[in-house]
Amino acid sequence: MSEGIGARVLRKEDKRFLIGKGRYTDDIIEQNQAYAAFVRSPHAHAAVKSIDASAAEAMDGVIAVLNGAQLTGDGIGNIICGWGVTSKDGSPMNMGAWSALATDKVRYVGDAVAIVVADSLATARLAAEMVEVDYDVLPVVVNSVDGLSDGAPQLHENAPGNLVFDWELGNEGPTDAALAGAAFTTEMDIVNNRLSPNAMEPRAAIATFNEADDHYTLYTTSQNPHVARLVLSAFYNVAPEHKLRVIAPDVGGGFGSKIYIYPEEIACLWASMKTNRSVKWTSDRTEAFMTDAHGRDHVTHAKIGFDKDHKIVGLKVDTKANLGAYMSLFSSATPTYLYGTLLSGQYNIENIYCNVKAVYTNTVPVDAYRGAGRPEASYVMERMMETAAREMGVDPAELRRKNFVTEFPHQTPVIMAYDSGDFAANQDQAMEAADYAGFEARRAEAASRGKLRGIGFSNYIEACGIAPSAAVGSLGAGVGLWESAEVRVNPVGTIEVLTGSHSHGQGHETTFTQIVAERFGLPTENIQIVHGDTDKVQFGMGTYGSRSGAVGMSAIVKAMDKVEAKVKKIGAHVLEASEDDIIIEDGAVKVKGTDKQMLWHEVGLAAYTAHNIPEGMEPGLKETSFYDPSNFTFPAGCYICEVEVDPETGTTQIVQFVASDDFGTIINPMIVEGQVHGGIAQGIGQALLEGVVYDDSGQLLSASYMDYAMPRAHDLPNYSVHHQSTTCPGNPLGMKGCGEAGAIGSPPAVINAITDAIGNNDLSMPATPAKVWAAIQAAGAKQAAE
Amino acid sequence: MEMSGEYRIPAPIGDVWAALNDVEVLRICIPGCEELEQVSDTEMTAKVALKIGPVKARFKGAVNFENVDAPDGYSIVGEGQGGIAGFAKGGADVQLVEDGNETILTYQAQAQVGGKIAQLGSRLIKSTAAKLADKFFKNFHDELSGAETAV
Repeated sequence: MSEGIGARVLRKEDKRFLIGKGRYTDDIIEQNQAYAAFVRSPHAHAAVKSIDASAAEAMDGVIAVLNGAQLTGDGIGNIICGWGVTSKDGSPMNMGAWSALATDKVRYVGDAVAIVVADSLATARLAAEMVEVDYDVLPVVVNSVDGLSDGAPQLHENAPGNLVFDWELGNEGPTDAALAGAAFTTEMDIVNNRLSPNAMEPRAAIATFNEADDHYTLYTTSQNPHVARLVLSAFYNVAPEHKLRVIAPDVGGGFGSKIYIYPEEIACLWASMKTNRSVKWTSDRTEAFMTDAHGRDHVTHAKIGFDKDHKIVGLKVDTKANLGAYMSLFSSATPTYLYGTLLSGQYNIENIYCNVKAVYTNTVPVDAYRGAGRPEASYVMERMMETAAREMGVDPAELRRKNFVTEFPHQTPVIMAYDSGDFAANQDQAMEAADYAGFEARRAEAASRGKLRGIGFSNYIEACGIAPSAAVGSLGAGVGLWESAEVRVNPVGTIEVLTGSHSHGQGHETTFTQIVAERFGLPTENIQIVHGDTDKVQFGMGTYGSRSGAVGMSAIVKAMDKVEAKVKKIGAHVLEASEDDIIIEDGAVKVKGTDKQMLWHEVGLAAYTAHNIPEGMEPGLKETSFYDPSNFTFPAGCYICEVEVDPETGTTQIVQFVASDDFGTIINPMIVEGQVHGGIAQGIGQALLEGVVYDDSGQLLSASYMDYAMPRAHDLPNYSVHHQSTTCPGNPLGMKGCGEAGAIGSPPAVINAITDAIGNNDLSMPATPAKVWAAIQAAGAKQAAE
Repeated sequence: MEMSGEYRIPAPIGDVWAALNDVEVLRICIPGCEELEQVSDTEMTAKVALKIGPVKARFKGAVNFENVDAPDGYSIVGEGQGGIAGFAKGGADVQLVEDGNETILTYQAQAQVGGKIAQLGSRLIKSTAAKLADKFFKNFHDELSGAETAV
């Protein structure tokens, strides 16, 4: 079947994007639409003494200026964190209150103080300028280390010392003992730089309150519209669930940043009720830099120990995670259960201990960003492995291979039970594709041109397919992480699949269609994927954590199982055969070994006319499944990066990048390759270019593309992407997930390659030419001193 | 950010001190100053138009004299709101030393900005602030040495 599993089917959604007919939130126009602009704090930390909106309210075209006191007065609830993390002393996390509009205090530059609603966007923005807020400026702290220090400015009364939680995983005593008895140890200070997500489409919302039936409709840029509706109704008290419809139409990229329910959506819904107008807000790019949840921002000290045969005996990791000014929806899970649990990497390690202190600072909240905790874990692990290999004088590929997990299932000391994988096979494939054996010759040739050539590995593993609901519930999650699907076969035989997954660039309309086409032998043009609307899809948990394949498609498979069972019953009845002899292939229901058959549309018609179906069978052909996975899935792979550094300028050029991934079953190789390309691009961006900068007073200095460097085509190599898959035993399709792997695996490979080239392991991301040049000089000075 | 400088002014220290306290002289010398009004001996209100990188803004704020030590020096401290452009605050410690019939003026200035100016113009702030400080004291020097003042 040319359009089934494994086929390079072109993306069905691309037609509308290519002809300019994509429909994004900002394209939605409601009758009687008004525009919102937010009054935002220019200070990183201040008490709000008073707000004078009189000049703004007096302007022509201004409908309302609404503030935090009015919002909380109307019973709109504070913003929640969906995952409770417990400190090592057993105490719950210290969560400070976060109102969608600040009431008494602002805690980061961009914190919203008031919403202005006006007839035009220009008027709304101008009026926002006219709102005079009297601030009493307070001292500021912007990084996690300073935030924990004595005498640091305090953000929330109920979080003494700015400590949100002090969490641990693993066994400290045995880990310390193992490290004390190790033949070799390597210690490193490792910083994971703070990133801005930069989805191509900025966040947007248009909220409409209909007073006729007390009903709200919200179009918004969401990765999970049902979760948005749940939280907006259950916690923010905007409207009960059955009176709130949330629609996430075409969404232009998320990378995690559109999982969360932000102050702006809440304020627009509430303002729509207050003004009886549709209220529309679209972020501009600087607003996005200021208010979209940032990613990463870890400061880590790690120590790894090996025995005399270079087997790992222990790993100890101490991390300070900057959570920003407030706890965003999954901010607590990202640096704990999505980070500490992956610190075993691809290796057999008996003793691991991880301590994470989460810290409030006067910066925008930090939450999950493509990879979410797993890039931080693999960056720690893979830089440690490469550096340890260099310090012990062994080949970094050999050191890894010696320590690989080779038997599955494998229980790590940090919760995860790896179900499958063949790490050596991925490494072999990558090394062959990278011509590892020929590297020294290439290094010598580069030296003859005055270039420093280096090679670096990264053997990542991650946990996707989040997640078994009971397991995450026991770890503090406030929701279950199953997925739902409904497969509707119409009377004419066409199929609509309603899924709780949400596509914002992943290509679900193509890949989801392929598994249906494969199952029933139908052309993909007869199949439609419906998603992103709470009025159409009953419930869903959305798309993040590379879960749409392993969980979302599994739900579709389970629903198709039910459809198939019913179709076989109808077929057996109509064709007067035994159900066991019925097969479905090439768009027909056939009796095995005979020429008797019903075409697919005839089955649909039979189900809906119900003139001749088995006695007692309900008419119609529509089945639903809620699929709860039994385990995480564990995509893994080996990335090899080769760079040339110009020692005169410190400029790095990536000359080769090889990826060998194990994603389990691949539905559409073209889409998977696109995911890998994009993920690696983001990882290279983090490694070489990107970094959010706050100055000491909490001003965001990287708030436009003049100051925040995104990777461009000329920064990126021609990727060499390969697959070496083992089947995931945990779900019916054997899928592992591919959405985040590139961003997780690539940063350590790039930095390991540069540090190899320059002979200095002390280099932090982003490895800008200035930093690389300084590291080269430092290495030279060290060499001269020796 | 911090800046400093030194000027030799061809006027006696008493004249220089008087000029440093003369609102009219200050108004002429502060780059982009549209209004400067004395509220008390040590307090003034000001309106200043500035362009930093892509951001153009009119700042309204207060300028105060502190640590007044006539005629050897004072600190001049200002803070202004530029609406959506953000805010700016800063100050300069000014010292005067008599050198015959001339006066040596030294200053150490600090400036801090916030909001849109910081977000969009951060790379240009240091050079712009240094340029503005330099321009002020050059204007002041020119004013006292009788040269044509460029504002």
